Amino acid sequence: MGNKQTTFTDEQLEAYQDCTFFTRKEVLRLHGRYRELAPHLVPLDFTNNPDIKVPLTLIVTMPELKENPFRDRIVETFSEDGHGNLSFNDFVDMFSALCETSPRELKTIYAFKIYDFNRDNFICKEDLRKTLNKLTKGELTPEEVTLVCDKAVEEADLDGDSKLSFSDFENMISKAPDFLSNFHIRI
Amino acid sequence: DEVSSFQEEHERERHRAKRRDGDREKKKRRKGRRRRASRAGEREDELQARHEKREAGRRKRAKNYQESEGRERDEEEQAQIKTGKTAKTKKNIKNEKTRKVEQEEGEAEERNAKGKKKHGSAKKEEKDEDGGKCAAKEKTQEVKKKKHKRDSEEKELRPESLSPEELEKLKEAVDERKKLIQGLRGKPWSMKKKLVTLRESQEFVEKYEGALGKGKGRKLYAYKVMMAKKWMKFQRDFENFKTACIPWEMKIKEIESHFGSSVASYFIFLRWMYGINMILFGLTFGLVMVPEALMGRPYGSIPRKTVPRAEEASAMDFAVLWDFGGYAQYSVLFYGYYNNQRAIGWLKFRMPLSYFLVGVGTVAYSYMVVIRTMARNANESGVGDDNSFNFSWKTFTSWDYLIGNPETADNKFASITTSFKEAILEEQESRKDDNIHLTRFLRVLANFLVLCCLAGSGYLIYFVVRRSQKFALDGLDTHTWWERNEVNMVMSLLGMFCPMLFDVISALENYHPRVALQWQLGRIFALFLGNLYTFIIALMDEINLKREEEKIVKFNITTWEASLYNSTVSENSTGPPITIQPADVPRGPCWETMVGQEFVRLIISDTMTTYITLLIGDFLRAVLVRFLNYCWCWDLEAGFPSYSEFDVSGNVLGLIFNQGMIWMGAFYAPCLPALNVLRLHVSMYLQCWAVMCCNVPQERVFKASGSNNFYMAMLLVILFLSTLPAIYTIVTIPPSFDCGPFSGKKRMFDVIQETLESDFPAWFSKVFSSASNPGLVLPFILLMVLAIYYLQSTSKSYKEANVELKKKLQTCKQKTK
Repeated sequence: MGNKQTTFTDEQLEAYQDCTFFTRKEVLRLHGRYRELAPHLVPLDFTNNPDIKVPLTLIVTMPELKENPFRDRIVETFSEDGHGNLSFNDFVDMFSALCETSPRELKTIYAFKIYDFNRDNFICKEDLRKTLNKLTKGELTPEEVTLVCDKAVEEADLDGDSKLSFSDFENMISKAPDFLSNFHIRI
Repeated sequence: DEVSSFQEEHERERHRAKRRDGDREKKKRRKGRRRRASRAGEREDELQARHEKREAGRRKRAKNYQESEGRERDEEEQAQIKTGKTAKTKKNIKNEKTRKVEQEEGEAEERNAKGKKKHGSAKKEEKDEDGGKCAAKEKTQEVKKKKHKRDSEEKELRPESLSPEELEKLKEAVDERKKLIQGLRGKPWSMKKKLVTLRESQEFVEKYEGALGKGKGRKLYAYKVMMAKKWMKFQRDFENFKTACIPWEMKIKEIESHFGSSVASYFIFLRWMYGINMILFGLTFGLVMVPEALMGRPYGSIPRKTVPRAEEASAMDFAVLWDFGGYAQYSVLFYGYYNNQRAIGWLKFRMPLSYFLVGVGTVAYSYMVVIRTMARNANESGVGDDNSFNFSWKTFTSWDYLIGNPETADNKFASITTSFKEAILEEQESRKDDNIHLTRFLRVLANFLVLCCLAGSGYLIYFVVRRSQKFALDGLDTHTWWERNEVNMVMSLLGMFCPMLFDVISALENYHPRVALQWQLGRIFALFLGNLYTFIIALMDEINLKREEEKIVKFNITTWEASLYNSTVSENSTGPPITIQPADVPRGPCWETMVGQEFVRLIISDTMTTYITLLIGDFLRAVLVRFLNYCWCWDLEAGFPSYSEFDVSGNVLGLIFNQGMIWMGAFYAPCLPALNVLRLHVSMYLQCWAVMCCNVPQERVFKASGSNNFYMAMLLVILFLSTLPAIYTIVTIPPSFDCGPFSGKKRMFDVIQETLESDFPAWFSKVFSSASNPGLVLPFILLMVLAIYYLQSTSKSYKEANVELKKKLQTCKQKTK
């Protein structure tokens, strides 16, 4: 220990370690990644909590995110203003929630938020349609898309309101075998 | 206003410095109470609601989501209220000053009445203020902080006057806060909120922990708290250190982004195996090889540690060394070198005991690690083969978030689209099994062919091993390289070609790809297992041969010694005694070293085969496809050979079987774990390079099963099956009389008996011998069987309950539609 880094105070690093799944070294590395997105905007010294936000357009250029069809939604979900401009806190939070050691429950909550495009706390058919189009890059015909959306709602909807509430979603995802291994970003 | 608040600050600083001063404490108590009383009415309801909300949120997982929404609203409210609060605090300070001369009679009553709720809620109120004002003006912040301190100072006195129930409640509150801090990572709140909550809770805990320590047992409590903090810090540093130690993280990330999570899972598995082998290496190296090398008798001092005269000439040849003969054989690498002296060196290190215990310990450790990993995986994974959420899962869980490479992403999009189209097709048309009889016949035929293959390979191995025994009798020099290494080459080649054959045969069967993959894996598993066991059976024959030889050699040695004695007696008796060079002493055969050598050779040839297949099958193929494409009639890249895909399941199986061989042979050749560590290290780099350079991402990804536990279960089975032969040989076959740490004993495990008798006090061995009495052992076994039965029946009842609930869920679903 005893690094001579001046980016964060020890207190801040301890607080980050308590609030995320990252170790000290990883937090510092994340800061490096955050900074290289916008070096002129992000200061090196974070000891007095500067209020800096990196815009969405820069964040989605990160190699971990740039091929992901849901990258805009992911960044928007973790941003405070809902428009995808992340402060460093949000940035760390995003990668912590999506990291390997993050528990299933936490990932489920955030997955629900990500797939809920219109942010009404329900995944309605419109949200499903958008998800599907992003997943298949528009290769499916509209009838096929409608069919899949209807089937998905039919399978998972428990309370009969033809949209997925959080408990429906959670019930469905908890049994999915690939969810944990696929819904994870390594940084 | 400013001046007065400034004065107050000064006062408070002094107060903080001298907390235990009686007068001032009383004044503070009064002040704090007044302030609380004036504000309590306004804030109480709101705070209560917040407090309750917080507690409920911690307990119910599903409500977290709405919880977070609620709390965000709360925060907004707080922010609004804050501006109002600033003004109010300043006013209150003035008020307090004017009220300094009030009575103290009503104190105790009020305190008791309001103590529980109000100071808790007021505390939180103050904490909210404090925490929320990250960017607030310093003065107001300091003012509030000092109010906190004053309140806490008051509270410090409280426990003495608080009743035990209130103390308990305080303790509970502190514990809850601690739990909140522990669980903060997993809460779906925004980072700012988490940081705020963290700071509040930490301050709360710090103040009250000190307070709770008053009264009886204060010192002990404070000490415990300090130790707990130190322990947490140590744990955190250790975690940091551990994550820094994890190797190859960036390599795996690159592979993940190019190939997705299933290919990367092989490399993660490889890394995990590497970790296990490191520990095994540490055990065998540190507790077996090093003590013998440092403290045992040196090379050449006794017959078993010396190369026999007959072999001396060729002992340093590379060919001999590569075969692990010569100097390699008579070294710490193999069983035969170890001396059976009970205690060696000035440390009196019990070598034979250590050898035996390390052998047992490696197996025990492996079991523990595999089962622990399986248990951990079982918690995470879902049910797996449920088909009730087909489309939902495809929509929400099919995208692999690890992908970072555009080509892979394109591939993934294509495969997802195909999978959707297939699922839609299946949904739309009903499944007609046209010509079920033909399919069944074909499947039976395929299985028959596979069985023939397996039988054929088993027989081939047996035949080859017998032949190699014949060769050994003739002497190794009279045969070509191929004939000498026949066994290993045949086994490796079979392992390479038979799976391909199985793949071709399975085209007859026409199964769903996932099912076909499971059949394939099962067959390869059977192939490897069959080969391994045939090999072992052939080895057993050799062992028996060597034991026969032993009897003859023993007889020869006695005659040789007799002749030596006669010759010394016949000479001048005052002459110098003839010293016999250890190299000249006739040696008994050492079947244990032979077994160790066989395993080492097998592993080396297996490794070589894997690497050569990799280079030829993947690299050469990729080079040919790339460069011959320019001058070839059809498109090599899209058509016949094309680039190879990374065969995850085949590689994982290879790794598992390799580990099985290590487990089998480690008792007889302590160098095996070291060899394996080296092998895995090289494999990691070689395969990472090969994957990135020569392979393309898979088009259709099918995992063999839903959970990660499939491969773990195979590993466990292999572990069990590979320790069986070793255990059998240890228990039934007497050790060689002339080599190894157990020479001279009737059975290898006699060393335990010996240790118990000589090293432990007398009552110990009595206890042990009475414990091994059948009268005790049988009831114990019976008890375990009963426990297993009970656990199984409870698990069955849970499963049934599960099914019932599922049915109910279905009927509810039907009803609401």
